Amino acid sequence: MQEIVEQLEQKRKAAALGGGQSRIDIQHSRGKLTARERVELLLDEGSFEEWDTFVEHRCTDFGMSEKKITGDGVVTGYGTVNGRVVFVFSQDFTVFGGSLSEANAEKICKVMDHAMKVGAPIIGLNDSGGARIQEGVASLGGYADVFQRNVLASGVVPQISVIMGPCAGGAVYSPAITDFIFMVKDSSYMFVTGPDVVKTVTQEQVTAEELGGALTHSTISGVCDRAYENDVETLLMVRRFINYLPANNRDRAPFRPTPDRADRMEKSLDTLVPDNPNMPYDMKELVYKVSDDNEFWELQPEHAQNIIIGFSRMDGHPVGVVANQPMVLAGCLDIKSSIKAGRFIRFCDAFNIPILTFVDVPGFMPGTAQEYGGIIKHGAKLLFAYAEATVPKITVITRKAYGGAYDVMASKHLRGDVNLAWPSAEIAVMGPKGAVEIIFREDIGDEKKIAERTEEYRSKFANPFIAGSRGYIDDVIAPHATRKRICRSLAMLRDKKLDNPWRKHDNIPL
Amino acid sequence: MFDKILIANRGEIACRVIKSARKMGIKTVAVFSDADRDALHVQLADEAVNIGPPPSTQSYLLMDRIVQACLDTGAQAVHPGYGFLSENSAFCELLAKAGIVFIGPKTRAIEAMGDKITSKKLADEAGVNTIPGYTDVLRDAEHAVKISNELGYPVMLKATAGGGGKGMRVASNDDECRDGFERAANEARSSFGDDRIFVEKFIEEPRHIEIQLIADGHGNVVHLNERECSLQRRHQKVIEEAPSPFIDEETRQQMGAQAIALARAVDYESAGTVEFIVDGQRNFYFLEMNTRLQVEHPVSELITGVDLVELMIRVADGEKLPISQADIGINGWAMESRVYAEDPFRNFLPSTGRLVYYRPPVEDAHVRVDTGVFEGGQVSMFYDPMIAKLITYGADREEARAHMRTALDRFLIRGVSCNISFLSALMVHPRFVSGDMSTNLIGDEYPEGFHPTDLPQEDPSIMVSVAASMVRSYRDRAAQIDGQLSGHERRVPKDWVVVMNNEYHEVSIVPVEGGHDVEYRDKTYAVRSNWQFGQPLFTGTINASEIFVQVERRMQIYRLFHNGSQANVMVITPRTAELLKIMPVKAPPDMSKFLLSPMPGLLVSLSVKEGDTVSVGEELAVLEAMKMENTLYAERDGVVVSVNFEPGANLAVDDKILELE
Repeated sequence: MQEIVEQLEQKRKAAALGGGQSRIDIQHSRGKLTARERVELLLDEGSFEEWDTFVEHRCTDFGMSEKKITGDGVVTGYGTVNGRVVFVFSQDFTVFGGSLSEANAEKICKVMDHAMKVGAPIIGLNDSGGARIQEGVASLGGYADVFQRNVLASGVVPQISVIMGPCAGGAVYSPAITDFIFMVKDSSYMFVTGPDVVKTVTQEQVTAEELGGALTHSTISGVCDRAYENDVETLLMVRRFINYLPANNRDRAPFRPTPDRADRMEKSLDTLVPDNPNMPYDMKELVYKVSDDNEFWELQPEHAQNIIIGFSRMDGHPVGVVANQPMVLAGCLDIKSSIKAGRFIRFCDAFNIPILTFVDVPGFMPGTAQEYGGIIKHGAKLLFAYAEATVPKITVITRKAYGGAYDVMASKHLRGDVNLAWPSAEIAVMGPKGAVEIIFREDIGDEKKIAERTEEYRSKFANPFIAGSRGYIDDVIAPHATRKRICRSLAMLRDKKLDNPWRKHDNIPL
Repeated sequence: MFDKILIANRGEIACRVIKSARKMGIKTVAVFSDADRDALHVQLADEAVNIGPPPSTQSYLLMDRIVQACLDTGAQAVHPGYGFLSENSAFCELLAKAGIVFIGPKTRAIEAMGDKITSKKLADEAGVNTIPGYTDVLRDAEHAVKISNELGYPVMLKATAGGGGKGMRVASNDDECRDGFERAANEARSSFGDDRIFVEKFIEEPRHIEIQLIADGHGNVVHLNERECSLQRRHQKVIEEAPSPFIDEETRQQMGAQAIALARAVDYESAGTVEFIVDGQRNFYFLEMNTRLQVEHPVSELITGVDLVELMIRVADGEKLPISQADIGINGWAMESRVYAEDPFRNFLPSTGRLVYYRPPVEDAHVRVDTGVFEGGQVSMFYDPMIAKLITYGADREEARAHMRTALDRFLIRGVSCNISFLSALMVHPRFVSGDMSTNLIGDEYPEGFHPTDLPQEDPSIMVSVAASMVRSYRDRAAQIDGQLSGHERRVPKDWVVVMNNEYHEVSIVPVEGGHDVEYRDKTYAVRSNWQFGQPLFTGTINASEIFVQVERRMQIYRLFHNGSQANVMVITPRTAELLKIMPVKAPPDMSKFLLSPMPGLLVSLSVKEGDTVSVGEELAVLEAMKMENTLYAERDGVVVSVNFEPGANLAVDDKILELE
């Protein structure tokens, strides 16, 4: 017994060192933490319970039987974040470059299965050179086993991927399926094919950072939801992020008490919307000022900035916020913004998080780039997401709600539960100028007449009353009372029940 | 007394006048341009009249419109505030014709004092000290040397047409005088097409000290002591105080007597200010007389207990002054900081936009805020960027200064940049603290402008303990989340590390009733506060002394502002701190290859295109902001690799206009 305990101690010690001190030093010199250090930061102090510490690979080819490292390059287990259970796997770059072996994939699958069983989030910390080539197809099989579980877990438990080193080739598809991807600036990258292959095939000269760095994915591609400066900042922010998520699809999003009064008035919002309908304003000011403690956890802040998405709390309860941003492209909808918001809405709906929508949208972006890019189908994703969502949906129209974009943005017709409008709201088929030029085509050229007609149209439609008379909005509210009205509506909707008809699954226009 | 008056101004001064009028039971009429539709003065007044588009030349300076507004609303008198039409005799005449009273001096006084030469002659005749000099034009360099020797060096050679520092030369001996004459004349010729030069004695390290007075139409003139306004940045006053820390009673009496003599010489009525320039030996010389209410009038009000606006209105209505010189003493000390919407770290460029947060300190016996804006309001590009005046009062100078420091800490402005940090830095500047000032102080002490390194440093314990307390509150709250593993709930540890400006400070934080006890370097700091999450101002006490810290939370970093100093702070566990040390220190990205937009504005033109080679100092683009065309120059050599905006584009601060390689 004593001997076994001693052996155990030794094995644990060896496992803790991963690929050895020299490799740890190299990892540190690259500004990266080790797999275990990362888990330590992610979880509450002392809460990590590691599993499968003693797993080793079973490969015998290419002299691999001589090279066995306890744990085989991935640290797995569970622990708590602010007392709430999460399952974790953390790839260890110091062991065979973090490469994925059959045994290593089994460890990952084990925690995923457990997470599904108990209904808790899965967080993957990715830092891997790719497949364990020595193992050949066994390694590929391991990837597919992980993919399959990612897919089955989708919409059942929240899945978060944190990219903290290389993630290339087929390996990218596990994070791609998960709900959120966070990246570390300068030390992580993701791509399907690396710069060398790119060079060979397309003659394109590109660095790994340019091709798939955190900056690329958080601005251009939208693959990454948030990018942070270093490992420490990233993990601390992920901890904070988890506070918004329910443990699973049957759980409520977690309540956290706030001293911020639900009926807090924000006088300054009364002057947020400028008199001139062509003047932009910062929608984020509204989001921050109505949220609990002025806190808003924005996702994809640098990508498709014409729409804002992220989490807030209202009276202690998490909500998903979607808002048009008049500061960027006048807040219009386009391919990128539709995809960005559409996927976010589906996450919220899957996990019982109410959706709060702020609308100031002049319409869809025109142009060949958009049409050739398939705005028809991509725009439909956003519409689809809103229409199928059964969670509480609250919509506040601050200014423009024009045309088809009005319909899309959580309108009453798409089962919006509470649709409110500010006095500055204009709900119409289009802006007064455009409308007049169609209705009164014969007057074009007569500036005076056009101006008169425009004024006539403006006074008739550039207000919330026509929509109000049809019940398309439930009430016109003072901007300063927005927080109070939202909080009350959410409280009223807390036990909302609404089911969609049975089906195997829907067929969203992918 | 008038039933109703109109205020022909905007901003804080319009609000200030409305306040006194209301107190006197007089109804008020505001005028406003299209840009000021929602402005504070419009909200405060009983009535408001739109007088035109935003540019002041099309609104606040249009005399006809204002007269019409009086007639339409039945206003019997007009208070002009300062600036705009306050010293415009044509306006006074127009009002007089319409039977409306101008709350200010009579036309003759405005005209006499409005002219530099007339006013100097009048001052001379009234026995007021004027700067020794030769008011006629110098014939040539030798003539200049002769006169200068009579005056005694140093002297200032000045172009009669001069302005903006052009055509001015200081000379301290004959050679410099000859040379200076030629140069000044050349400069004047090329700048103004007029090479006439005169000479004056040059005052070294001058102070700007002025006498406030008020006169009625019955021959009574009273002075309200002096104000020291030496802290100026490019001739723009920044901080004023009353009394002056430099003037003795004898000098005060002399200055007051001369100011009154000058007022009498022009039959002055209403409030006015005689400005003097004072040298190191307390010799004072007449500079000019301002025939209006001045920006800095509150400091005089606070030490004398006089409401200048009220007296102006009463005098304009023909009343006798209710006070005599014997009633006026000096009671305590007052200071005023001018709060400008400008960015001190960007060479004081004006900043415009929406006031996302605007929370001035609460007014009390020691703090007065004359403000012209409100939270959610706009700072418009069309007008003066001064948005408020912060005035503090104490028994003595030290007390007034202490109140000012606290009040500045509490003054919360977000959305537009402001000069609060600069004001806070001045408040603790040794030369200001000792009262050793001159109008050159700011230029001498910040020759290259104001930079973050000029911010005062302070004992880290304040920032450390405030950050520790705040972050501990956040962590404790996070630990109250629903859905925790039963029996294994989160327990927040007591030991933490405060990382501030890359230094690691170990603390232990113990929650107690109403706050936290923070142990730091073997001392306990009792931090007590009712601060709540997300509030941008931390109000509380440390070891029972009051403290105000402004805070911005950006991800893991808390940016704290206190007493003019700033710190970026993180509060993390000791283990996190250990691991943080492994993280690479990233150099901030090299922005020198970009031409950044220094302010929001319109890109008027680009002088280069992609592929062009440029060298240092070459013109790259023209940006229009604040109605000014600003030329942007290359700061280094390079080739233009990309141009990101086209002329006509609206730029935000820091937009990358083009990239050099």
